[in-house]
Amino acid sequence: MNSPTLDLPARLLGSRAEPAADLAGHLARHGALDVPRGHPGAWSRSVLEAVEAAGLRGRGGGGFPSARKWDTVRRASRRPLVVVNAMEGEPASAKDRVLLVHAPHLVLDGADVAAAAVGASEIVVCVADDRPAVATAVEVAVSERRRAGMSGPRITVQRPPGRYVTGEESALVGWLDRKLALPVFRPDKSRPLTVGRRPTLVHNAETLAQVALIARHGPEWFRRQGTPEAPGSTLVTVTGAVRSPGVLEVEFGVPVVDILRRAGVDAPLSAVLVGGYGGAWLDGAHLSTPYAPGPLAAAGVDLGVGVLVALADRSCGIAETARLSRYLAAESAGQCGPCVFGLPAIADDLERLAAGRADVGVLARIDRRAGEVVGRGACRHPDGAARLVRSALAVFGADARRHAEGRPCAGHTAPSVLTLPRPPDDRRGVR
Amino acid sequence: MSRPVRVRIRVDPVACDAYGYCAELLPERVTLDEWGYPMVDGTPVGPELVELATRAAAACPRRAVHLLGVPG
Repeated sequence: MNSPTLDLPARLLGSRAEPAADLAGHLARHGALDVPRGHPGAWSRSVLEAVEAAGLRGRGGGGFPSARKWDTVRRASRRPLVVVNAMEGEPASAKDRVLLVHAPHLVLDGADVAAAAVGASEIVVCVADDRPAVATAVEVAVSERRRAGMSGPRITVQRPPGRYVTGEESALVGWLDRKLALPVFRPDKSRPLTVGRRPTLVHNAETLAQVALIARHGPEWFRRQGTPEAPGSTLVTVTGAVRSPGVLEVEFGVPVVDILRRAGVDAPLSAVLVGGYGGAWLDGAHLSTPYAPGPLAAAGVDLGVGVLVALADRSCGIAETARLSRYLAAESAGQCGPCVFGLPAIADDLERLAAGRADVGVLARIDRRAGEVVGRGACRHPDGAARLVRSALAVFGADARRHAEGRPCAGHTAPSVLTLPRPPDDRRGVR
Repeated sequence: MSRPVRVRIRVDPVACDAYGYCAELLPERVTLDEWGYPMVDGTPVGPELVELATRAAAACPRRAVHLLGVPG
Protein backbone atom coordinates (compact mmCIF):
# COMPACT_ATOMS: atom_id res chain seq x y z
CA MET A 1 0.00 0.00 0.00
CA ASN A 2 1.28 3.46 -0.88
CA SER A 3 1.98 5.80 1.98
CA PRO A 4 -0.49 8.64 2.27
CA THR A 5 0.43 11.86 0.52
CA LEU A 6 -1.06 15.26 -0.10
CA ASP A 7 -0.99 14.86 -3.86
CA LEU A 8 -4.24 12.99 -4.34
CA PRO A 9 -7.30 14.61 -5.88
CA ALA A 10 -9.40 16.60 -3.43
CA ARG A 11 -12.63 14.65 -3.49
CA LEU A 12 -14.79 17.06 -1.54
CA LEU A 13 -13.44 20.42 -2.52
CA GLY A 14 -12.12 19.56 -5.99
CA SER A 15 -10.07 22.22 -7.67
CA ARG A 16 -10.82 25.76 -6.59
CA ALA A 17 -10.27 26.73 -10.23
CA GLU A 18 -13.36 24.77 -11.26
CA PRO A 19 -16.03 25.69 -8.76
CA ALA A 20 -18.90 23.29 -8.33
CA ALA A 21 -21.04 25.46 -6.11
CA ASP A 22 -23.90 25.58 -8.61
CA LEU A 23 -25.94 22.56 -9.62
CA ALA A 24 -24.59 22.41 -13.19
CA GLY A 25 -20.98 22.47 -11.98
CA HIS A 26 -21.77 19.90 -9.30
CA LEU A 27 -23.36 17.50 -11.80
CA ALA A 28 -20.50 18.02 -14.24
CA ARG A 29 -17.97 17.07 -11.59
CA HIS A 30 -19.74 14.31 -9.70
CA GLY A 31 -22.47 13.08 -12.05
CA ALA A 32 -26.12 12.60 -11.12
CA LEU A 33 -27.05 10.57 -8.05
CA ASP A 34 -30.05 8.30 -8.31
CA VAL A 35 -31.85 8.03 -4.97
CA PRO A 36 -34.86 5.71 -5.17
CA ARG A 37 -38.08 6.99 -3.55
CA GLY A 38 -41.06 5.24 -2.08
CA HIS A 39 -40.13 1.72 -1.03
CA PRO A 40 -36.39 1.80 -0.59
CA GLY A 41 -36.00 -1.47 1.37
CA ALA A 42 -33.25 -3.17 -0.62
CA TRP A 43 -31.58 0.07 -1.70
CA SER A 44 -31.64 1.37 1.86
CA ARG A 45 -29.89 -1.77 3.08
CA SER A 46 -27.29 -1.62 0.34
CA VAL A 47 -26.38 2.01 0.97
CA LEU A 48 -26.19 1.34 4.71
CA GLU A 49 -23.85 -1.56 4.00
CA ALA A 50 -21.75 0.58 1.67
CA VAL A 51 -21.30 3.28 4.32
CA GLU A 52 -20.47 0.60 6.87
CA ALA A 53 -17.99 -1.12 4.53
CA ALA A 54 -16.39 2.23 3.75
CA GLY A 55 -15.70 2.61 7.48
CA LEU A 56 -17.00 6.18 7.52
CA ARG A 57 -16.83 7.89 10.88
CA GLY A 58 -18.49 11.18 11.82
CA ARG A 59 -16.46 14.30 11.11
CA GLY A 60 -18.06 16.55 13.72
CA GLY A 61 -15.79 15.58 16.60
CA GLY A 62 -17.39 12.42 17.96
CA GLY A 63 -15.95 10.05 15.37
CA PHE A 64 -18.89 7.69 15.75
CA PRO A 65 -19.41 5.10 12.96
CA SER A 66 -21.94 6.83 10.70
CA ALA A 67 -23.91 3.75 9.63
CA ARG A 68 -24.61 2.80 13.25
CA LYS A 69 -26.43 6.10 13.78
CA TRP A 70 -28.82 5.20 10.96
CA ASP A 71 -29.83 1.98 12.70
CA THR A 72 -31.10 3.77 15.82
CA VAL A 73 -33.60 5.94 13.90
CA ARG A 74 -34.53 3.42 11.19
CA ARG A 75 -36.35 1.21 13.66
CA ALA A 76 -38.44 4.04 15.10
CA SER A 77 -42.20 4.12 14.51
CA ARG A 78 -42.39 7.78 13.46
CA ARG A 79 -40.79 9.22 10.33
CA PRO A 80 -37.37 10.57 11.19
CA LEU A 81 -35.87 13.96 10.48
CA VAL A 82 -32.36 14.43 9.08
CA VAL A 83 -30.40 17.35 10.54
CA VAL A 84 -27.31 18.66 8.77
CA ASN A 85 -25.11 20.07 11.51
CA ALA A 86 -23.15 22.96 9.98
CA MET A 87 -23.05 25.02 13.19
CA GLU A 88 -19.26 24.85 13.41
CA GLY A 89 -19.08 26.58 16.78
CA GLU A 90 -15.39 25.77 17.09
CA PRO A 91 -13.71 29.13 16.42
CA ALA A 92 -10.62 27.59 14.79
CA SER A 93 -12.63 25.51 12.33
CA ALA A 94 -13.80 26.66 8.90
CA LYS A 95 -14.20 23.35 7.06
CA ASP A 96 -17.99 23.09 7.11
CA ARG A 97 -18.42 26.70 5.98
CA VAL A 98 -15.93 26.24 3.16
CA LEU A 99 -17.61 23.00 2.13
CA LEU A 100 -21.11 24.51 2.09
CA VAL A 101 -19.98 27.53 0.10
CA HIS A 102 -17.89 25.54 -2.42
CA ALA A 103 -19.91 22.32 -2.69
CA PRO A 104 -23.35 22.70 -1.09
CA HIS A 105 -24.91 20.11 -3.39
CA LEU A 106 -22.54 17.40 -2.23
CA VAL A 107 -23.72 17.94 1.36
CA LEU A 108 -27.37 18.05 0.27
CA ASP A 109 -26.90 14.86 -1.79
CA GLY A 110 -25.54 13.15 1.32
CA ALA A 111 -28.47 14.36 3.41
CA ASP A 112 -30.81 13.08 0.70
CA VAL A 113 -29.14 9.65 0.77
CA ALA A 114 -29.31 9.48 4.57
CA ALA A 115 -32.96 10.59 4.50
CA ALA A 116 -33.88 7.93 1.94
CA ALA A 117 -31.95 5.28 3.86
CA VAL A 118 -33.81 5.93 7.12
CA GLY A 119 -37.16 6.89 5.57
CA ALA A 120 -36.97 10.54 6.67
CA SER A 121 -39.50 12.98 5.26
CA GLU A 122 -37.63 16.20 5.97
CA ILE A 123 -34.09 17.61 5.96
CA VAL A 124 -33.08 20.59 8.11
CA VAL A 125 -29.75 22.32 7.50
CA CYS A 126 -28.55 24.19 10.62
CA VAL A 127 -26.25 27.15 10.05
CA ALA A 128 -25.31 29.50 12.92
CA ASP A 129 -27.14 32.83 12.90
CA ASP A 130 -23.85 34.74 12.62
CA ARG A 131 -22.99 33.09 9.26
CA PRO A 132 -25.45 34.68 6.81
CA ALA A 133 -23.31 33.97 3.71
CA VAL A 134 -23.27 30.24 4.43
CA ALA A 135 -27.03 30.14 4.94
CA THR A 136 -27.50 32.00 1.66
CA ALA A 137 -25.26 29.52 -0.18
CA VAL A 138 -27.41 26.65 1.09
CA GLU A 139 -30.69 28.44 0.31
CA VAL A 140 -29.53 29.14 -3.25
CA ALA A 141 -28.57 25.48 -3.68
CA VAL A 142 -31.94 24.32 -2.30
CA SER A 143 -33.86 26.54 -4.72
CA GLU A 144 -31.69 25.35 -7.64
CA ARG A 145 -32.64 21.75 -6.82
CA ARG A 146 -36.31 22.69 -6.60
CA ARG A 147 -36.22 24.53 -9.95
CA ALA A 148 -34.42 21.59 -11.58
CA GLY A 149 -37.28 19.36 -10.43
CA MET A 150 -35.08 17.14 -8.27
CA SER A 151 -37.13 14.83 -6.09
CA GLY A 152 -36.47 14.28 -2.41
CA PRO A 153 -37.70 15.42 0.97
CA ARG A 154 -38.33 19.05 1.78
CA ILE A 155 -35.13 20.89 2.75
CA THR A 156 -35.20 23.91 5.04
CA VAL A 157 -32.47 26.07 6.54
CA GLN A 158 -32.59 26.93 10.25
CA ARG A 159 -30.46 29.53 12.03
CA PRO A 160 -29.76 28.60 15.67
CA PRO A 161 -27.64 30.98 17.78
CA GLY A 162 -23.94 30.76 16.96
CA ARG A 163 -22.17 29.83 20.19
CA TYR A 164 -19.57 27.24 21.10
CA VAL A 165 -21.97 24.68 22.56
CA THR A 166 -25.06 25.25 20.39
CA GLY A 167 -23.80 22.81 17.76
CA GLU A 168 -23.59 20.02 20.33
CA GLU A 169 -26.06 17.43 19.12
CA SER A 170 -28.56 17.55 21.99
CA ALA A 171 -28.42 21.38 22.17
CA LEU A 172 -29.03 21.64 18.45
CA VAL A 173 -31.98 19.27 18.49
CA GLY A 174 -33.25 21.02 21.65
CA TRP A 175 -33.28 24.29 19.76
CA LEU A 176 -35.16 22.77 16.81
CA ASP A 177 -37.65 21.14 19.17
CA ARG A 178 -38.31 23.94 21.64
CA LYS A 179 -36.00 26.87 20.82
CA LEU A 180 -33.71 26.07 23.73
CA ALA A 181 -30.10 25.61 22.57
CA LEU A 182 -28.76 23.87 25.67
CA PRO A 183 -27.10 20.47 25.99
CA VAL A 184 -29.36 17.85 27.55
CA PHE A 185 -28.43 15.20 30.12
CA ARG A 186 -28.90 11.85 28.38
CA PRO A 187 -28.37 8.83 30.59
CA ASP A 188 -29.15 6.55 27.65
CA LYS A 189 -27.48 7.72 24.44
CA SER A 190 -28.84 4.84 22.40
CA ARG A 191 -32.24 6.52 22.47
CA PRO A 192 -32.52 8.94 19.56
CA LEU A 193 -33.03 12.67 20.11
CA THR A 194 -36.44 13.87 18.98
CA VAL A 195 -38.04 16.91 17.38
CA GLY A 196 -41.80 16.92 17.93
CA ARG A 197 -41.49 13.24 18.95
CA ARG A 198 -39.86 12.40 15.61
CA PRO A 199 -36.50 10.62 15.92
CA THR A 200 -33.70 12.81 14.63
CA LEU A 201 -30.57 11.81 12.78
CA VAL A 202 -27.87 14.46 13.17
CA HIS A 203 -24.80 14.40 10.94
CA ASN A 204 -21.98 16.87 10.51
CA ALA A 205 -21.97 18.53 7.05
CA GLU A 206 -18.65 16.96 5.99
CA THR A 207 -19.84 13.50 7.02
CA LEU A 208 -22.80 13.83 4.66
CA ALA A 209 -20.60 15.00 1.78
CA GLN A 210 -18.59 11.79 2.29
CA VAL A 211 -21.86 9.80 2.26
CA ALA A 212 -22.69 11.37 -1.12
CA LEU A 213 -19.36 10.18 -2.52
CA ILE A 214 -19.71 6.67 -1.07
CA ALA A 215 -23.23 6.39 -2.53
CA ARG A 216 -21.83 7.29 -5.95
CA HIS A 217 -18.54 5.41 -6.03
CA GLY A 218 -18.80 2.65 -3.43
CA PRO A 219 -16.70 1.63 -0.42
CA GLU A 220 -13.72 0.23 -2.39
CA TRP A 221 -13.25 3.58 -4.09
CA PHE A 222 -13.58 5.37 -0.75
CA ARG A 223 -10.87 3.20 0.77
CA ARG A 224 -8.39 4.02 -1.98
CA GLN A 225 -7.41 7.00 0.15
CA GLY A 226 -6.46 6.89 3.80
CA THR A 227 -5.38 3.91 5.89
CA PRO A 228 -7.22 0.64 6.57
CA GLU A 229 -8.13 1.90 10.05
CA ALA A 230 -8.95 5.44 8.92
CA PRO A 231 -10.18 5.27 5.34
CA GLY A 232 -10.84 8.21 3.07
CA SER A 233 -9.96 11.86 2.99
CA THR A 234 -10.89 14.58 5.44
CA LEU A 235 -10.98 18.33 5.78
CA VAL A 236 -8.49 20.06 8.05
CA THR A 237 -8.49 23.70 9.08
CA VAL A 238 -4.94 24.95 9.63
CA THR A 239 -4.35 28.21 11.50
CA GLY A 240 -1.80 29.82 13.82
CA ALA A 241 1.82 30.34 12.83
CA VAL A 242 1.38 29.47 9.13
CA ARG A 243 1.56 31.71 6.07
CA SER A 244 -1.58 30.37 4.38
CA PRO A 245 -4.19 29.51 6.98
CA GLY A 246 -7.21 27.76 5.56
CA VAL A 247 -8.98 24.51 4.85
CA LEU A 248 -7.15 21.61 3.22
CA GLU A 249 -8.43 18.24 2.15
CA VAL A 250 -6.00 15.51 3.18
CA GLU A 251 -5.80 11.77 3.03
CA PHE A 252 -5.86 10.15 6.48
CA GLY A 253 -2.42 8.94 7.51
CA VAL A 254 -0.40 11.80 6.03
CA PRO A 255 2.19 13.12 8.55
CA VAL A 256 0.97 16.15 10.49
CA VAL A 257 4.10 18.04 9.46
CA ASP A 258 3.23 17.64 5.76
CA ILE A 259 -0.15 19.29 6.33
CA LEU A 260 1.53 22.14 8.20
CA ARG A 261 4.10 22.57 5.41
CA ARG A 262 1.31 22.74 2.85
CA ALA A 263 -0.18 25.62 4.87
CA GLY A 264 3.26 27.29 4.96
CA VAL A 265 4.86 26.89 8.37
CA ASP A 266 6.83 30.08 8.86
CA ALA A 267 8.77 29.39 12.06
CA PRO A 268 10.03 26.50 14.19
CA LEU A 269 7.05 25.13 16.09
CA SER A 270 6.98 24.26 19.78
CA ALA A 271 3.61 22.51 19.55
CA VAL A 272 0.42 22.15 17.52
CA LEU A 273 -3.06 22.29 18.96
CA VAL A 274 -4.99 19.37 17.48
CA GLY A 275 -8.76 18.93 17.30
CA GLY A 276 -9.98 22.36 18.30
CA TYR A 277 -9.90 24.73 21.25
CA GLY A 278 -11.15 21.89 23.42
CA GLY A 279 -8.46 19.67 21.90
CA ALA A 280 -4.93 18.89 23.01
CA TRP A 281 -1.38 20.08 22.32
CA LEU A 282 0.86 17.83 20.27
CA ASP A 283 4.52 18.29 21.16
CA GLY A 284 6.60 19.85 18.38
CA ALA A 285 8.87 16.79 18.57
CA HIS A 286 6.00 14.55 17.40
CA LEU A 287 4.99 16.31 14.20
CA SER A 288 5.75 13.27 12.06
CA THR A 289 2.75 11.50 13.65
CA PRO A 290 0.35 10.28 10.93
CA TYR A 291 -2.85 12.33 10.82
CA ALA A 292 -5.32 9.57 11.74
CA PRO A 293 -7.24 8.78 14.94
CA GLY A 294 -5.12 5.82 16.11
CA PRO A 295 -1.63 7.34 15.79
CA LEU A 296 -2.87 10.70 17.13
CA ALA A 297 -4.44 8.99 20.15
CA ALA A 298 -1.11 7.25 20.80
CA ALA A 299 0.49 10.72 20.81
CA GLY A 300 -2.11 11.93 23.31
CA VAL A 301 -4.33 13.98 21.01
CA ASP A 302 -7.69 13.56 19.30
CA LEU A 303 -8.78 14.37 15.74
CA GLY A 304 -11.71 16.42 17.08
CA VAL A 305 -13.21 18.58 14.34
CA GLY A 306 -10.06 18.53 12.21
CA VAL A 307 -8.23 21.60 13.45
CA LEU A 308 -4.47 22.23 13.59
CA VAL A 309 -3.22 25.42 15.26
CA ALA A 310 0.53 25.90 14.86
CA LEU A 311 2.38 27.49 17.77
CA ALA A 312 5.76 29.06 16.99
CA ASP A 313 8.45 28.41 19.57
CA ARG A 314 8.70 32.15 20.32
CA SER A 315 5.09 32.00 21.63
CA CYS A 316 4.23 31.01 25.19
CA GLY A 317 2.12 27.86 25.33
CA ILE A 318 1.01 28.63 28.88
CA ALA A 319 -0.23 32.12 27.98
CA GLU A 320 -2.06 30.77 24.90
CA THR A 321 -3.64 27.99 26.94
CA ALA A 322 -4.75 30.53 29.56
CA ARG A 323 -6.55 32.52 26.83
CA LEU A 324 -8.24 29.39 25.49
CA SER A 325 -9.17 28.28 28.96
CA ARG A 326 -10.82 31.64 29.71
CA TYR A 327 -12.70 31.48 26.41
CA LEU A 328 -13.96 27.95 27.10
CA ALA A 329 -15.01 28.92 30.64
CA ALA A 330 -17.06 31.81 29.25
CA GLU A 331 -18.63 29.54 26.63
CA SER A 332 -20.06 27.14 29.19
CA ALA A 333 -23.81 26.85 28.73
CA GLY A 334 -24.03 27.58 32.46
CA GLN A 335 -26.06 24.54 33.39
CA CYS A 336 -23.76 22.18 35.28
CA GLY A 337 -21.94 23.08 38.52
CA PRO A 338 -18.58 21.45 37.73
CA CYS A 339 -18.39 23.41 34.44
CA VAL A 340 -19.78 26.68 35.87
CA PHE A 341 -17.37 26.75 38.83
CA GLY A 342 -14.52 24.51 37.69
CA LEU A 343 -13.64 26.08 34.33
CA PRO A 344 -13.36 29.70 35.60
CA ALA A 345 -11.29 28.52 38.59
CA ILE A 346 -8.91 26.73 36.22
CA ALA A 347 -8.75 29.79 33.95
CA ASP A 348 -8.00 32.08 36.96
CA ASP A 349 -5.08 29.88 37.97
CA LEU A 350 -3.76 29.63 34.41
CA GLU A 351 -3.85 33.40 33.98
CA ARG A 352 -1.89 33.88 37.22
CA LEU A 353 0.52 31.15 36.12
CA ALA A 354 0.97 32.75 32.68
CA ALA A 355 1.84 36.08 34.31
CA GLY A 356 4.27 34.41 36.75
CA ARG A 357 2.18 35.45 39.76
CA ALA A 358 0.87 32.10 41.00
CA ASP A 359 1.43 30.37 44.32
CA VAL A 360 3.45 27.16 44.70
CA GLY A 361 0.42 24.87 44.67
CA VAL A 362 -0.88 26.10 41.33
CA LEU A 363 0.18 23.24 39.05
CA ALA A 364 -1.20 20.53 41.32
CA ARG A 365 -4.43 22.51 41.78
CA ILE A 366 -4.97 23.00 38.03
CA ASP A 367 -4.28 19.33 37.40
CA ARG A 368 -6.64 18.18 40.16
CA ARG A 369 -9.49 20.45 39.06
CA ALA A 370 -9.05 19.51 35.40
CA GLY A 371 -9.25 15.86 36.43
CA GLU A 372 -12.34 16.45 38.51
CA VAL A 373 -14.52 18.16 35.88
CA VAL A 374 -14.18 15.34 33.33
CA GLY A 375 -17.42 13.47 32.64
CA ARG A 376 -19.43 15.70 34.98
CA GLY A 377 -21.31 17.85 32.48
CA ALA A 378 -24.41 17.15 30.40
CA CYS A 379 -22.13 17.57 27.37
CA ARG A 380 -18.40 17.10 26.81
CA HIS A 381 -17.53 20.79 27.10
CA PRO A 382 -15.75 20.47 30.47
CA ASP A 383 -13.96 17.35 29.20
CA GLY A 384 -12.55 19.32 26.26
CA ALA A 385 -11.41 22.19 28.48
CA ALA A 386 -9.75 19.72 30.85
CA ARG A 387 -8.04 17.87 28.01
CA LEU A 388 -6.59 21.13 26.69
CA VAL A 389 -5.26 22.20 30.08
CA ARG A 390 -3.77 18.86 31.04
CA SER A 391 -2.05 18.54 27.66
CA ALA A 392 -0.56 22.02 28.16
CA LEU A 393 0.86 21.03 31.55
CA ALA A 394 2.41 17.95 29.91
CA VAL A 395 3.72 19.46 26.66
CA PHE A 396 4.81 22.78 28.18
CA GLY A 397 5.78 21.16 31.48
CA ALA A 398 9.21 22.79 31.79
CA ASP A 399 7.73 26.20 30.93
CA ALA A 400 4.90 25.67 33.41
CA ARG A 401 7.37 24.97 36.23
CA ARG A 402 9.37 28.11 35.42
CA HIS A 403 6.17 30.17 35.33
CA ALA A 404 5.19 28.68 38.70
CA GLU A 405 8.55 29.81 40.09
CA GLY A 406 7.81 33.35 38.95
CA ARG A 407 9.93 33.19 35.81
CA PRO A 408 7.48 33.35 32.87
CA CYS A 409 8.62 32.80 29.25
CA ALA A 410 9.74 35.81 27.26
CA GLY A 411 6.78 35.23 24.93
CA HIS A 412 4.06 35.44 27.57
CA THR A 413 3.14 39.00 26.66
CA ALA A 414 3.51 38.45 22.88
CA PRO A 415 0.39 38.76 20.69
CA SER A 416 -1.72 35.60 20.51
CA VAL A 417 -1.79 33.41 17.39
CA LEU A 418 -5.30 32.32 18.31
CA THR A 419 -8.47 33.62 16.76
CA LEU A 420 -11.05 34.10 19.48
CA PRO A 421 -14.55 35.41 18.86
CA ARG A 422 -15.81 38.46 20.76
CA PRO A 423 -15.84 37.83 24.49
CA PRO A 424 -19.09 36.05 25.21
CA ASP A 425 -20.40 38.32 27.94
CA ASP A 426 -23.99 37.17 27.84
CA ARG A 427 -26.07 34.10 27.07
CA ARG A 428 -27.83 35.86 24.18
CA GLY A 429 -30.00 33.52 22.22
CA VAL A 430 -28.94 30.45 24.15
CA ARG A 431 -31.59 30.51 26.83
CA MET B 1 -37.24 -8.80 33.87
CA SER B 2 -35.98 -9.48 37.36
CA ARG B 3 -35.15 -6.65 39.70
CA PRO B 4 -31.53 -5.59 39.15
CA VAL B 5 -29.26 -6.52 42.03
CA ARG B 6 -26.60 -4.07 40.87
CA VAL B 7 -27.10 -0.45 39.91
CA ARG B 8 -24.98 2.30 38.47
CA ILE B 9 -25.35 5.78 39.97
CA ARG B 10 -25.57 8.70 37.57
CA VAL B 11 -26.10 12.32 38.60
CA ASP B 12 -27.99 14.60 36.24
CA PRO B 13 -25.60 17.58 36.37
CA VAL B 14 -28.20 19.96 34.94
CA ALA B 15 -30.71 19.18 37.67
CA CYS B 16 -28.15 18.98 40.50
CA ASP B 17 -28.00 22.03 42.77
CA ALA B 18 -25.36 20.77 45.21
CA TYR B 19 -27.66 19.98 48.14
CA GLY B 20 -25.17 17.24 49.02
CA TYR B 21 -27.60 14.77 50.59
CA CYS B 22 -26.33 12.01 48.29
CA ALA B 23 -22.80 12.30 49.68
CA GLU B 24 -24.18 12.28 53.22
CA LEU B 25 -26.29 9.19 52.63
CA LEU B 26 -23.86 7.26 50.45
CA PRO B 27 -20.32 8.36 51.34
CA GLU B 28 -19.09 4.96 50.11
CA ARG B 29 -19.69 6.13 46.54
CA VAL B 30 -20.25 9.88 46.54
CA THR B 31 -17.87 12.65 47.58
CA LEU B 32 -18.30 16.38 47.07
CA ASP B 33 -16.01 18.68 45.11
CA GLU B 34 -14.88 22.02 46.53
CA TRP B 35 -18.13 23.66 45.36
CA GLY B 36 -20.33 20.99 46.87
CA TYR B 37 -21.20 19.11 43.67
CA PRO B 38 -21.15 15.32 43.85
CA MET B 39 -18.36 13.22 42.39
CA VAL B 40 -19.69 9.72 41.88
CA ASP B 41 -17.79 6.48 41.63
CA GLY B 42 -19.34 5.16 38.41
CA THR B 43 -18.66 1.47 39.00
CA PRO B 44 -21.79 -0.60 39.69
CA VAL B 45 -23.07 -0.69 43.24
CA GLY B 46 -23.41 -4.20 44.64
CA PRO B 47 -26.43 -5.60 46.54
CA GLU B 48 -25.04 -4.49 49.90
CA LEU B 49 -25.36 -0.82 48.92
CA VAL B 50 -28.43 -0.85 46.68
CA GLU B 51 -30.79 0.11 49.48
CA LEU B 52 -28.63 3.04 50.58
CA ALA B 53 -28.28 4.15 46.96
CA THR B 54 -32.06 4.01 46.55
CA ARG B 55 -32.45 6.13 49.69
CA ALA B 56 -29.89 8.66 48.41
CA ALA B 57 -31.76 8.93 45.11
CA ALA B 58 -35.08 9.42 46.88
CA ALA B 59 -33.64 12.07 49.20
CA CYS B 60 -32.42 14.34 46.39
CA PRO B 61 -34.62 17.47 46.36
CA ARG B 62 -33.75 17.98 42.68
CA ARG B 63 -34.36 14.33 41.70
CA ALA B 64 -30.88 14.45 40.15
CA VAL B 65 -29.65 11.04 41.33
CA HIS B 66 -30.47 8.30 38.82
CA LEU B 67 -30.03 4.60 39.42
CA LEU B 68 -29.55 2.59 36.26
CA GLY B 69 -30.00 -1.16 36.51
CA VAL B 70 -26.97 -3.22 35.53
CA PRO B 71 -27.93 -6.54 33.90
CA GLY B 72 -26.41 -9.72 35.23
